[in-house]
Amino acid sequence: MADPSARRRSRGPRYPWAHVLLILGALLMTFPFLWQLLMSVSTNAEIQSVPPQPIPDRLHFSNYAEVFERLPFLNQFGVSVLITVARTAGQVVLCSMAGYAFARMRFPLRNVLFIALLLILMIPSQAYIIPQYGLVQAWGLLETPWAIILPGLFSAFGTFLMRQQFMSLPIELEEAARLDGANPFQVFSRVMLPLATPGIFAVAITTVLYSWNDLLWPLIVTTREESMPLSVGIATLQGQHTTDYAVIMAASVMAMAPIFVLFMLMQRRVIEGLATSGLKG
Amino acid sequence: MPVAAAAARRKHPTSVGWWPVLFIGPLLAGVAVFYYYPIVANAWTSLTSSNAFGQNPEFVGVDNYAEVFASGELGSALGNTIGYTLIVLLGIPLAVLASALIALPGLRFAGLYRALFFMPYLAMPMAIAQVFRLVFNGDFGLVNQGLRALGVSTTPYWLTTPGFALLTVALFGLWASIGFNVIILSAGLKGIPVDLYEAASLDGAGPIRQFFSITVPLLTPSIFFLTIIQTINGFQLFDALFALMGWTNPALPQTRSLVYLFYHQGFIVNDKGTAAAVAMVILVLVAGVTLVQFVGQRRWVHYG
Repeated sequence: MADPSARRRSRGPRYPWAHVLLILGALLMTFPFLWQLLMSVSTNAEIQSVPPQPIPDRLHFSNYAEVFERLPFLNQFGVSVLITVARTAGQVVLCSMAGYAFARMRFPLRNVLFIALLLILMIPSQAYIIPQYGLVQAWGLLETPWAIILPGLFSAFGTFLMRQQFMSLPIELEEAARLDGANPFQVFSRVMLPLATPGIFAVAITTVLYSWNDLLWPLIVTTREESMPLSVGIATLQGQHTTDYAVIMAASVMAMAPIFVLFMLMQRRVIEGLATSGLKG
Repeated sequence: MPVAAAAARRKHPTSVGWWPVLFIGPLLAGVAVFYYYPIVANAWTSLTSSNAFGQNPEFVGVDNYAEVFASGELGSALGNTIGYTLIVLLGIPLAVLASALIALPGLRFAGLYRALFFMPYLAMPMAIAQVFRLVFNGDFGLVNQGLRALGVSTTPYWLTTPGFALLTVALFGLWASIGFNVIILSAGLKGIPVDLYEAASLDGAGPIRQFFSITVPLLTPSIFFLTIIQTINGFQLFDALFALMGWTNPALPQTRSLVYLFYHQGFIVNDKGTAAAVAMVILVLVAGVTLVQFVGQRRWVHYG
C-alpha cells in the first residue's frame, strides 16, 4: 500500500490502479449530487423517460422558481438558519465555559458531575424525546424555533471536546494572567478561549451539520409548514397527488447548497475538525 | 503593597469558590431539564397508559412492554434494524481500502479524492434521498433500466417490496456513512510511522502484504471506534428510512426500524406508553451491543 520506495522507483504517473479504484469510488460518491443537479433543471417527462435522458433539452430553471410557490421556502430556510446559528452559538458558549471549568478548576464533585454528564452520550435520543416533547408543549413552544433550539443548546459531547482542548493547552499563560490580576472569567475569555479555536471549530462544525440536517425532533415539534426547517419541509413535497420530481430536486439542491458552500470555503478546517472530534469522541 | 497582596491572597480562594457554578451551572441546569428529568420521566411513562389525548396517565406495570413484545412488530423492527446495521458496517472495510489508497505517499489529487469521498456525509438525508427514490424507481429508475438492458426481465419495485426496500435503505445508509469513515481512518493513518513501511519493503514485503500486516493492524483502534459509532447509528435508523419510504409506502409496516416503530407509536398512533417502552428497549439494546463490542475489542484491537 503506502510504499515510499515507489517514489524513487518510478517516474511517470504513479499508482495507476489506485487511481482507477479511487475514480470509480469518487464517481459512486458524487453521482447522486450530479444527477440531482441535472434533474433539477429537467422536466418531469425527461426525468421519467425510458431510455434515460440525463441531459435536458434546455435548462428549466423554472423548477427553482416553482419551489417558492410550493413551499414556504424562505420561512423554512429562515428556520433552518436560525436554529443552526442559535444552537451552534449556544453550544460554543456553554460547552467551552463548562469544558474549561472541568479542565482547569478545582471544585467539589467535579469528577462525579463530569461522569454524570458523559452518561448522556450513551443514551439514545428516543429515551428522552417523549418527555422533552411534553416540556416544550407545556411551555407553549410547539411550532416555534425555540422548541427545536432549546434542547439542542446543551451538549455533553461538545463539553467533552472542549475539556480535552483546554487540558491540552499550557498552564503557564493562565498563571501569568492570574498574577496580573485577571479574574477567572477574564483568564478564560481573553487568554484561554482564543487558544482553543481548534476545539471551538470542531464543536461548531459538528453542531452545524447536525442542526441543519436534523430530522426526527423537528418533525415531531413542527406540523405547520411555515414553522418547519427545510430538513422536514422537503418531506411535504413528495407524493401529495402526483410527485413533481423536478421541483423536489430543485428544492433539495437549494436545501443542501449552504452546507456545501460552507464546506468549500473551509474544507481543510472542516475535515481536520471532524477528524479530531471523531477521534476524541 | 504587602497589604494589597495579602488582601488579594485572602480574597482569591473565596472568589474562586463560586466561579465553577457560573461556568458549569447553565449547562448542568439545561442538561437536568432536557435530559436527566426526561430520561427518568420516560422510564415512568413506559409503565403508564394514558387516554387518547395523552392525559390522565395510569400505572399499568409492564403491560406496555407485554403489548409491544406480543404484537410481533418489535421483533420485525429489530430484525430490520440489525439487517440494516450489518450492511452499513460493510462501509468500514470499503473505507479502509479507500483511505489507504488516498494515503499512498505522493498520490496526486489526494485532497480532491478525500473531499469527494467526504461529500455524502455533508448531505441532508431528506434532500439527497430524493435522488435515490428516482434512481431506484421501479418503472423508469436508472437501476432498473440498467438491469433491463442487461437482460433481467422482471425488475423489482425497489422501494415498495419489503426486502428490496430494506436493501435500498441500507445501500443509502452505506453510501452516506463512507465519508465519515474515510475522515476518521485518514486521521488514523496519519499516526502510522512511515519507517514501518520502509522497513517492511526492505524485508521484501509487497504493497498487499504491507496493507494487511501494517496498515490494517495499526488502524484497528480507528476501525473499532467506527464499528461502535456505526452500530449505534445503525440502531438509530430513522432518517434514511423516513426519507426513502415516506408515510404511505405499502412496504412500510414490514420495513420499520426500531426508531420508526417508536415514532409511529408515540407520534402517529399517539400511544406514548408503548412508545416509551420501545425507547427503553432501544436503550437497553444499544447499551448491550456497545458493551459486548467493548468486551470483544481485546481480541482484535491493537493499541500502539
